[in-house]
Amino acid sequence: MSVLGIQNLRACIGHDKEILKGLCLDLPQGEVHAIMGPNGSGKSTLAKAIAGHDDYEVTDGSVLMDDTSILGMEPDEIARMGLFLAFQYPMELPGVSIANFIRAALQARLGEGERIDASNYYKDLYEKMDELGIDRQFTSRSVNEGFSGGEKKRCEILQMAMLQPRYCILDETDSGLDIDALRIVAQGVNAMRGSDRGILVITHYQRLLEYIVPDRVHVMWDGRIVRSGDKALAVELEEKGYDWVKAELVA
Amino acid sequence: MIQAKEIEVDRDAGNFHYDTTYEYDAGVGLSEDVVRYVSGIKEENDWIRDFRLKSLGIFDKKPLPTHWATKDLENIHFDKIRYYLAKGQRPSRTWEEVPDDIKNTFERLGIPEQERKFLAGVEAQFDSEAAYSRMKEDLEKQGVLFVGSTEGLKEHPEIFRKWFGKVIPSNDNKFSALNGAVFSGGSFIYVPPGVKLAQPLQAYFRINAENFGQFERTLIIADEGAEVTYMEGCTAPKFETTTLHSAVVELVALKGAKIQYITVQNWSNNVFNLVTKRGLAEEEAEIKWIDCNIGSRLTMKYPGVILKGRKARGEVLSIALANDGQHQDTGAKMIHAADETTSNVIAKSISIGKGRSSYRGLIHMPKRLKGCRNNTECDALLINSNSRTDTYPAIAVRGDANSVQHEASVSKVSAEQIFYMRQRGMNEAEAMSLSVNGFVNDLVRQFPMEYSVELKRLIDLEMEGSVG
Repeated sequence: MSVLGIQNLRACIGHDKEILKGLCLDLPQGEVHAIMGPNGSGKSTLAKAIAGHDDYEVTDGSVLMDDTSILGMEPDEIARMGLFLAFQYPMELPGVSIANFIRAALQARLGEGERIDASNYYKDLYEKMDELGIDRQFTSRSVNEGFSGGEKKRCEILQMAMLQPRYCILDETDSGLDIDALRIVAQGVNAMRGSDRGILVITHYQRLLEYIVPDRVHVMWDGRIVRSGDKALAVELEEKGYDWVKAELVA
Repeated sequence: MIQAKEIEVDRDAGNFHYDTTYEYDAGVGLSEDVVRYVSGIKEENDWIRDFRLKSLGIFDKKPLPTHWATKDLENIHFDKIRYYLAKGQRPSRTWEEVPDDIKNTFERLGIPEQERKFLAGVEAQFDSEAAYSRMKEDLEKQGVLFVGSTEGLKEHPEIFRKWFGKVIPSNDNKFSALNGAVFSGGSFIYVPPGVKLAQPLQAYFRINAENFGQFERTLIIADEGAEVTYMEGCTAPKFETTTLHSAVVELVALKGAKIQYITVQNWSNNVFNLVTKRGLAEEEAEIKWIDCNIGSRLTMKYPGVILKGRKARGEVLSIALANDGQHQDTGAKMIHAADETTSNVIAKSISIGKGRSSYRGLIHMPKRLKGCRNNTECDALLINSNSRTDTYPAIAVRGDANSVQHEASVSKVSAEQIFYMRQRGMNEAEAMSLSVNGFVNDLVRQFPMEYSVELKRLIDLEMEGSVG
């Protein structure tokens, strides 16, 4: 089955501090899901734990990508299997140009002895940059170095578009974006919606979901998904605030 | 396979020093007898033999560098080293004795089968003879001399004697004295006035039995207005069973001449690499050292330029990569000795795992001079928390009619940067390689194309080896 399936996931940071407390979520290809939740509910931990970051220790549960367990795999293995994480805080890579970085990422997906065709690569790259409104001169700039918040996020979406992953997790992609940048980034994500791709949008605010309309919305609280619904849930949440969820949980 | 004994070498055409009938071995340890033995084999003139003996005396008297240098130097056992060994042409080693990691590296660097055996010291390299002969013919037409040290001193003393041992006298340091006593191999080059060589000269094309020896001696003289680029060796690993390499390289750029000297040092990691390199730049002359150190156990090397003439320029661009078990102690010396001289030093070091790199810089500008400028940039990259890097700049600038600029930085490849790259699909080695290449990128862009490509491949290989 073409789905990113998360069952009863428990994960700690360090040895004792449990952040994910039995989280369940199915992200099928062809759908866009959103996770909303207050700060500290474990949204970013979820993204990094799935991507194989070794700061997080998974103590229970399973994560299956199209029926293959990815827990315990190396981060690059998981990435090559088709998982893409758009970072909340993309790292700066001094001296590494965008063109070389994306080329190296594509090269890593090829077999021994296979080479990227340079002219096709640049054609593809420029096309996608044009779509995202990124100046072509950016190819020679170091990845994320000295970029504005909007430039960083656009650069993440560019990488996503070039790598064509099967599952995408966008971690707080809207943070630090003004309305114009938000619109361009959302356009880029919408252009990638398709039957062969599942997209998980993690966000704090409902605003992003006006531009990327989700098929499902999940509310995360204290390491678990506590409510799921359609896009109306996001609006309701925005109106009533997270205290509403909290009150319901306690009740 | 070609056997050394069946090869007839036309000395006039190829200048190879292959001699297949003798077996030479100076034995273990260093003494006057050993020095006389080496000098005798080479049928040297008295003045050269005297130079060697005098150097030996200096070597015996000089202590090892104290205080500042690493204690690892004490692990060199001078009495257990063979200072001259030439078994006719041929090394006695077999291909089976060459370690697997060296063989793999040849494979990955795409070095042709025949050359691998040569580089590993298993067999002589005769294939390049034809190429060299052609090149030599072209050079001869322009009056360029490109010969071995023995031949240079013997057959062209009127040119080489004047400068031999003048830029780096034997008493400069203990290892230059050692080289003075037992030197063998290396290149002697003279480029006549106004001759500008379009193609770089490479030691690779002047290979002979001695060329990759332990104590090579190189002297390059660019006469007025001449230009030459010299590339030392090649970037393949040089597998050595011996442990001490101590070369002396002297450059002389006369008025308006330009010399560029390029090294990518990739000795196997059991080698002590203690090399003295210095150039003398006359009026409006320019000397540029491009020095990359990737191999060896301990390298101590501080290429320098004496800026002797007005408006002379000196430059050192250096990259040092210290992996586990390695110490790259490198740097630069700029001695300003005339008005309006300028120097530029850009040094980048990378320390991985327990690897250690040190930068030592010396900038000397006496008070009497005017209009001198130096720019020094010194950047270190640490990968992994055990790494160590030190910077020891010594800037002696007097007077206020000169300007000096020094910038140093230390940066780290963080675990988060590595994770970011791995999330894009690169494995750990590829991620580290990308970081390192990014770090040296702006410097490498100034290197000749083929060297920057090979350097990148070498960095990739080193990173692969450093990830467990």
